[in-house]
Amino acid sequence: MVTEPVPEFETQDLLINVGPQHPSTHGVFRMVMEIDGEVVKDVIPHIGYLHRGAEKLCENNDFRQGVGYMDRTEYLAAHNAELSYVMAVEALAELEVPARAQWIRMILCELNRLSSHFMFFGAFGVDVGVFGTPFVYAWRERETLIDLFEEISGDRMMYAYFRAGGLAWEVPPNFKERVREVLKSSRQGVKDFDGLLTENEIFIARTKNVGIISAEDAIEIGMSGPSLRASGVPLDIRKTEPYLFYDQVEFDVPLGENGDVFDRYYVRLQEMEQSMRIIEQCLDRLEDGPIMPERMPRMLRLPEGQEVYIRTEAPRGEYGVYLVSKGGNKPWRLKVRSACLSNLQALKQMSVGQYVADAIIILGSIDIVLSEVDR
Amino acid sequence: MSDGIFGIENTWLDAAIRIQLIVGLMTIVVMGLIYAERKILARFQQRLGPTRTGPAGLLQSLADALKLVGKEDLRPRNADPWTFELAPYLVFVPVFMSFVVVPFVVGWQVRIVELGLIYFVAVSSLSIIGWIMAGWGSDNRYAMIGGMRAAAQGISYELPLVLALISVAMVANSYDLNEIVAGQGRWPNVVWQPMVVVVFVIAGLAELNRTPFDIPVGESEVVGGPFVEYSGIRWSMFFLAEYAALFIMALIFAAVFLGGWAWPLGEEWGRWWQLALVSIKAGLFIFFVFWVRASVPRLRIDQLMSFSWKILLPLMLVQVLVNGAVLVYGGPLWILTIAGLVGIAVLVKLVGHAVSQPRPKVVVAASAEGEVAS
Repeated sequence: MVTEPVPEFETQDLLINVGPQHPSTHGVFRMVMEIDGEVVKDVIPHIGYLHRGAEKLCENNDFRQGVGYMDRTEYLAAHNAELSYVMAVEALAELEVPARAQWIRMILCELNRLSSHFMFFGAFGVDVGVFGTPFVYAWRERETLIDLFEEISGDRMMYAYFRAGGLAWEVPPNFKERVREVLKSSRQGVKDFDGLLTENEIFIARTKNVGIISAEDAIEIGMSGPSLRASGVPLDIRKTEPYLFYDQVEFDVPLGENGDVFDRYYVRLQEMEQSMRIIEQCLDRLEDGPIMPERMPRMLRLPEGQEVYIRTEAPRGEYGVYLVSKGGNKPWRLKVRSACLSNLQALKQMSVGQYVADAIIILGSIDIVLSEVDR
Repeated sequence: MSDGIFGIENTWLDAAIRIQLIVGLMTIVVMGLIYAERKILARFQQRLGPTRTGPAGLLQSLADALKLVGKEDLRPRNADPWTFELAPYLVFVPVFMSFVVVPFVVGWQVRIVELGLIYFVAVSSLSIIGWIMAGWGSDNRYAMIGGMRAAAQGISYELPLVLALISVAMVANSYDLNEIVAGQGRWPNVVWQPMVVVVFVIAGLAELNRTPFDIPVGESEVVGGPFVEYSGIRWSMFFLAEYAALFIMALIFAAVFLGGWAWPLGEEWGRWWQLALVSIKAGLFIFFVFWVRASVPRLRIDQLMSFSWKILLPLMLVQVLVNGAVLVYGGPLWILTIAGLVGIAVLVKLVGHAVSQPRPKVVVAASAEGEVAS
C-alpha cells in the first residue's frame, strides 16, 4: 500500500509590532514581539524616538541653563532630575547649601515621587484593563500635587526651580499649610487605590507570578529603584548613601518578595506612604533662613580638570549625573545615567515565555519614561 | 402565530412592519444605552460625562452617530474585500435576528416561538463568524489575534450559557419565553436557581465581550481587536450590534430569572406597568455590566479559558443533573435553592483559592541617624 507522505507544515511565529503608536507603550517606545499563538517568544525593543541630545545641549549652556534641560529628561519627576544636576555642580563648585533650601528640596523631591507614582498607577491600571477608573483616580491626586508645584515654581511640569547653591526663589508663605493639605488628599488617594486594585481577585490573578526577575539577574542588568527592590534587594540610595538630610528622617524601605509585577506595584504603593512620612518630618523641621549661600558668585565658574558622579534616588531608580569640568561656565561633558534605560533591559528576560497580555503589563510595571530612556 | 399588528392580516407585510419597528427601536435604545454608559461610567470616575450636546448631553449619541455616518469608509489595500465588507453584517444581523423571540410585555414580541430559548442561543452565537471574518479579512495582525480570541472565547462561554438556560427551562418546563415568564408569577427563577444566575451573568459578560472578558477587543493589548481597521458606518455597525446584544441579554435575563413582567405584580396589571417592571429589571443587569466595567481589570486568555472549562462547565453540569434528579423523582423545590447556594459557595471558594495570597510586607527598618540640622 502506498501512502502519501503527510506534508510537513512549517509553522511560523508571528511578528507583531507594538508601538510607537500604541496605547500601552507609555510614549514612543517600540517593541517587536515574536509570538506563537498567545505566547511571547522574543521581544526586540527599539528605543531612540525621543532622543533630543539633552546631554550635548547642556554642554553648550551654562550651569544655570542646564537645569531646564534636566527637567526635560525626566518630565514626570523633574525635581529629582534637577536635584542630581545641581548637586553635581555644587560638589564641583564646593558650595554650601543652606539648610532651609535642603529641606525644601527634600519636600519637593518626595512630593514629586508621589506625583510620579500616581502617574504609574494610573497608566498601570489601564494596562491591566480597567476602563479609565484608576487613571482618573490617579490623575485627580496628581492634579493637586501639580497645582502645588505650579504655585511654587510657576510651571506644572518643567519646574527649573532648583539652582546650584539653593533655590530660585522663596516658596509661597502658605507653603506648609498647602503641603499638608495636599498630603491629606494624597493619603486618601493612596487608600482609594489600594481599595480599588490591590485585593481585586482578577488583578492578583493577572499580576502575581508574572514577569518574575530574580535578585541576581536584576543586579546584573543594573536595575535600580522600586523595580529592583521588588526583587528583594535593599538598595535605596537615600539609605545607603544619604544625601540632603535623608539620614535625619525616619522611613522604611519597602521590599518585594518575588520580583513579579504585583511586587513592583505594591512596593510603589508602600513607598508612597513612606514618602508622606518623610515629608511630614521635613515640614516639622523646616525653619526660616536663607535659601542661597551668602557668597554666591554672579557667574558660576567651575575649577578646571575635575569630575564628579552624583546619584540620587529618583522615583524610577538611580538618576546619576556625571559631570566633567575643564574650567569656564559650561560643563565640558555631562552624562546622565538613566534608571529607566537600565530597567528596560530586563524587559526581554521578564516577557519571554509569558502571554501577550502579560508583556504589556510587564512593560507598564517597569514604569519607563521615554524621555529619560532616550534623553 | 399572533394577531397581525395594526390589524394587518398579510403575514409578510406584518413581518416587515415588525422588523422595521424593531430596527428603529433598537437604534434609539442603543443610543440611549451609549449615553447611559458614558454618564454612569463618568459618575464612577468622578467626571461629568457628556454635557455639551443638547440638554445634559442627551444628543451626544446622535451627534456621534451622524459623525460616524459621515466618515470615510476605509478599507486597507491588502484586506480581503468580501470578507472585510461582509463581516459587519454577519455580526449585526444575528443580533437583530435573536430579537425575534425576545418579549417585552405580554404579546409584545415579533413572533412567539415555542423553542424560543433554543432559537435565541442558536442565532446569537452566529455572530462569532462575523468576528473571525473581521479579524481575518482586515489583514492586520492585531485584528487576527483579536478574531481568534473572540472565537475561542465565544465557543467556551457558549456552553455554560446554554446549560444555564437549559436548567431554567427544566424548572419552567418550557422553552417558550412567554411561558417561562408566566410560570414565575409567584416566585421568580432566581429563587430556585441562584447559582445559574451567577453563571449566566458571568457567561453573559463573556458573550458580550464586556469587561472583565473584553479580551478580543482589549484596548491596551490588541487596540480594538477585529475592529482595528474599520471606520465610519461599518465600525458603527459593530458598535450597534454590541449594544443591541447587551440590551437583548438584559431582557432575556429579566424574563428568565427575574420573572419579566409577571413578578411580583402578576400578569393582570396594565401593559405600561409591565413595561416599567421589565425595564427596571433589564436596567439592573445593564447597570451591573457598566459597574463591572468601571471597577475590574481584564482577565488573560488562558485564565478565561480555564475558568470556563474547569469551573463553570462542571458546575453547570452538576446543576443540570441535580435539576433533573429533583424534577423527575419529585421532591421539594427548595432542594434546588440549597443546591444553588452550595454551588455559589463552591464557585467563590474555587476562585478565592486560585488567587488569594497574603500581602507581602518586607521592609528595611526605619532609622534616623546623624546630626540634627541647625
